[in-house]
Amino acid sequence: MKIQKSTTFALFAVLELARDPEAQLSTAEIAEAYDISVHHLAKVMRQLVRAGLVQSVRGAGGGNRFNGNPNRITLYDVVALFEDNLASEFDVAEAGPGAGSGIGRALQSVGDEIEDLTRATLQSITLATLLKHAAKVDGAPSEARSVRTTLQDSLEPLT
Amino acid sequence: MPQTDAIKGPVDRVELTVRAAGPDDLEAIIRLDTETSGRAKPAYWQGIFQTYVPDQKGERYLLIADVEGVAAGFVVGEVRAWEFGSPPCGWVFALGVSNAHREHHIGSRLMEEIFNCFRRDGVNSVRTSVSRLDTLNLSFFRSLGMTAGPYVQLEISIDEDQASGP
Repeated sequence: MKIQKSTTFALFAVLELARDPEAQLSTAEIAEAYDISVHHLAKVMRQLVRAGLVQSVRGAGGGNRFNGNPNRITLYDVVALFEDNLASEFDVAEAGPGAGSGIGRALQSVGDEIEDLTRATLQSITLATLLKHAAKVDGAPSEARSVRTTLQDSLEPLT
Repeated sequence: MPQTDAIKGPVDRVELTVRAAGPDDLEAIIRLDTETSGRAKPAYWQGIFQTYVPDQKGERYLLIADVEGVAAGFVVGEVRAWEFGSPPCGWVFALGVSNAHREHHIGSRLMEEIFNCFRRDGVNSVRTSVSRLDTLNLSFFRSLGMTAGPYVQLEISIDEDQASGP
């Protein structure tokens, strides 16, 4: 499966916000942290807000805040907002030439099997689990630091 | 004497003890399994008890989590070796926590303890097999850090009326 840029950006944004559900991060802060287009991310954020995964807080000190339970929301819940299906790249068209033949149908079932496994994998990984793994990869303590905390830390020596 | 030492401690304000199961725990396990799986399997559990409960001196474990003296969860596992060339590894094949005690990390404590048992047996990896539709258990095992392993599970229908896959 090859996911769209929007899906990747949504995962970055939701996971960054879920690290610290109390934190409010602007779209620009998230975009800067992951080196992605603010304009594109802004569109993605609107969709995440509509889906109820992110809360948009207006006013001074406002921003985006995670809305949900990181132990319950899975990667699939985010991916499904942006991807129509999880078809594998091994995708023998159901209406293409030879599709109705025994070999065509057998090849389609291989693609279906890959798709089922992809779905099961994404449905089994909660945001909390992914963040725990990310903290290990980073070599960071389990209480991973948010972008805002990191930015504040980086400013401290200058003040 | 069970090899597994009971471990005690508060888990989210719940007084929890993990210990090796004894013959008197059969009814409690059947009750817990029926509650969590929705299907009573007394004959199956009698067989498991005959195999896993008598000594628990290594390589086969049936552990119980007690909350304030009442069985609230269980885990069953064993060391398996050389299945299609696989070096010895721990296998967990049953886990259940009563609905009333969910989200108190009882499952995690049970797994932590059976991991300790397996470590004492000298193995350094643990496997399990869960239905891809069982998102609750899949998510739980994932939360412990388990990922897809190096072996692929395969299955075939041997019902003569059903066609098998490629």
